Amino acid sequence: MDVLDVALRLVAVLVAFLTLPLLVGQTEHKVMAHMQGRVGPMYAGGFHGWAQLVADGVKFAQKEDIVPDGADRRVFQLAPAVALIPYLLVLVAIPFAPDGGVGQAVDAGIFFVLAVMGVGVLGSLMGGWASANKFSLLGGLRTGAQLMAYELPMLLAAASVAMAAGTASLTGILDAFEWWWVPWQIIGALVFFTAGLAELQRPPFDAPVADSEIIFGAYTEYTGLRFAFFLLAEYAGIVVLCALTTVLFLGGWHGPFAADLGWVWTLLKTSVLAFVVIWLRVSYPRLREDQIQRVAWTGLVPLALLQIALTGVVKVVIQ
Amino acid sequence: MPDYFHGYSVVGLVAVVGVCFVAVAFGAGRLLRPVVPTREKMLTYECGVDPVGDGWAHTQVRYYVYAFLYVIFAVDSVFLFPWATVFAAPGYGATTLVEMFVFLGFLTVGLLYAWKKGVLEWT
Repeated sequence: MDVLDVALRLVAVLVAFLTLPLLVGQTEHKVMAHMQGRVGPMYAGGFHGWAQLVADGVKFAQKEDIVPDGADRRVFQLAPAVALIPYLLVLVAIPFAPDGGVGQAVDAGIFFVLAVMGVGVLGSLMGGWASANKFSLLGGLRTGAQLMAYELPMLLAAASVAMAAGTASLTGILDAFEWWWVPWQIIGALVFFTAGLAELQRPPFDAPVADSEIIFGAYTEYTGLRFAFFLLAEYAGIVVLCALTTVLFLGGWHGPFAADLGWVWTLLKTSVLAFVVIWLRVSYPRLREDQIQRVAWTGLVPLALLQIALTGVVKVVIQ
Repeated sequence: MPDYFHGYSVVGLVAVVGVCFVAVAFGAGRLLRPVVPTREKMLTYECGVDPVGDGWAHTQVRYYVYAFLYVIFAVDSVFLFPWATVFAAPGYGATTLVEMFVFLGFLTVGLLYAWKKGVLEWT
């Protein structure tokens, strides 16, 4: 165990964790603005408002931290950390380049990644319950319902890739990847990405934080740094989801000159997916709570089962 | 085997880094921010008027049946992963695949039954 090597990897993961979500956030500011016929933040930092999120961060750090009298104090304060840390843990297991280009190759990668991502939702549940606020409670319950509905299609779609590759390790999946997997697994890819959006509570699945109905759901009572951490968790979630979709369904670092430019391919594919996430936010109306459940149980779950059947048959036939 | 545990020890270190990051951020925040509590500030937020009743209000949990469904399916789908890694290996092949189709068939019938019973309706 090379201490220096491990330390370097830890630092790299932490840096990626702190910069990539901000990049996505800034892109969201700008892309949303231009899609809506305005320019977005222009002042902070001088050039096209590039430092807007840094300024936001400074503002958040200076704000008073309010815990309502009625709240369950400890749980309330701990919730943002529970929401945030799992995404850092997931990031370490995502391969970005060939031949050891990964924070740490975890043996049962898919399993680990999906399990840890599920923990992040606990943060929202804790916040929703501990706030002792009716909006928060409703938001928390909606979060819980959404997690239960969408975890399943996500798991099934990921299982399909594990079947195709014959391994549950993320690096193993990329080593086995062939280009024709993309059309072969396309249904699974769509299911996985959609279910991931729902788990992150991103539009059109943002009923748990629907600002026009229940203020900001589980985050209603949060201010300052803790609120910022919830937001950071959301954007880290986008990075993780897009990177995972890239690795599982789009071939990760595969592409021309993969040996040298593998990490560029990973970043490029991830950014395109992140752009799609933002695009969906601007262009799709929010689903109602019952519609959200229906999409999952009568749409995505059967589709995911279909993909598994397809994967199984094709795999046995080509053997 | 030592390699196996090495992998997870690095993951554990990342968790420690994460906890430290949050602790340092919260600690620094404590030093930076003002603390000026007033009674109104500490009230539960309810669109500006004084909160009515208790915060942990009664609410109808309409989706508890979904929760049952989820538990059934999630426990089942966990079994997919070990199967997925071996089903195409030499010596398994079509028979193993058919077995899994029988398994998935049970899941599908369960889902169809729930659907037909109207469990997947909101009201």
